[in-house]
Amino acid sequence: MSFREEHELHKRRFGRNLGLGLVLAIFVALVFGLTIAKVSDNDFKVPAKQGATN
Amino acid sequence: MSDASLNSSSTTAPMAQGGEAEFGDFFALLKPRVMTLVVFTALVGLLAAPVGVHPIVGLAAILFIAVGGGASGALNMWWESDIDALMKRTSKRPIPAGKVTRDEAFAFGVTLAVMSVVMLWLATNAVAAGLLAFTIFFYVVIYTIGLKRWTPQNIVIGGAAGAFPPMIGWAAATGSISIESVLMFALIFMWTPPHFWALALFMKGDYHKAGVPMLTVTHGRRSTRRHILVYTVLLAMLAVGAAFTGIGGPIYLAVALVLNALFLRDAYAIWRRDEAMAEADGYRVEKKAFKLSLYYLFAHFTAILLEAALAGYGLGGWG
Repeated sequence: MSFREEHELHKRRFGRNLGLGLVLAIFVALVFGLTIAKVSDNDFKVPAKQGATN
Repeated sequence: MSDASLNSSSTTAPMAQGGEAEFGDFFALLKPRVMTLVVFTALVGLLAAPVGVHPIVGLAAILFIAVGGGASGALNMWWESDIDALMKRTSKRPIPAGKVTRDEAFAFGVTLAVMSVVMLWLATNAVAAGLLAFTIFFYVVIYTIGLKRWTPQNIVIGGAAGAFPPMIGWAAATGSISIESVLMFALIFMWTPPHFWALALFMKGDYHKAGVPMLTVTHGRRSTRRHILVYTVLLAMLAVGAAFTGIGGPIYLAVALVLNALFLRDAYAIWRRDEAMAEADGYRVEKKAFKLSLYYLFAHFTAILLEAALAGYGLGGWG
């Protein structure tokens, strides 16, 4: 069994995928942080309709 | 877009193949250098506002304003790839360099534009999101597609788009527009023309080659020198006057007095020179004025930030 030689294109794709992965991870962390910040705010209220069903 | 410029791009720009760009090429589409100005001025607008925001909300707001600004940059490069290929200053951008296709840049720009506006709305409020949406629309549709290739006042109009970030930052914190945020807008708006016209004087040939009706091309270099002086005088009056408003104070006044005196001196020197004198010393004065204009804006906004920061200790402003 032989390994295929890595092409320069594969390196470029890996770099792009890694970059995109990091950006998405940061985005998820930011949305999570925003959610925590919003629900911990003193002014935060559960909408009346939603609160009634809970 | 002129047919001539389209045709010339097809002969000079290498053809890009989709899906081969690197991560850095997409990042370059966001115009990172312009983005630093967007981030800094938006941050000052946010922090100078009288209403505090949660640090995570503030971070998210700045990030989404930056992404929105970057999206405008990508859409600008998408539309202008033909003239970018003709100008030395822009020929290495991802599309003319053949690294990213026009379609990729368009899809990237639209996706980020929509995402940044929606996320800014969710993170802060509708006023900030609306201002960001309008900024993107103004820069891409009104300035880039509409007016840039039609009027020599393109820089004046385009300057408005770059002036919105502190207003958006302020709106993200307060949910409104006020005289202070409009003053910060006006400061960048009035600063942009002399800054870019100084650049146009020593980057001679580039805009002419691309067929962009810069003032230097349509009205001549003598007229451009006069315009620089007039706009700098108006800018100085505005910048010094702002010291006596809610965003000003003694520190801001000192910074404004020094920098406006220097900028006026350079603008006067530019006005007094003719092309022969400028050619003789390699546009030394024009280059100096352009460099000073970069520090000028940074220093004014730093002073606004300092006044706001000291206000928290009862020291900022006029007491």
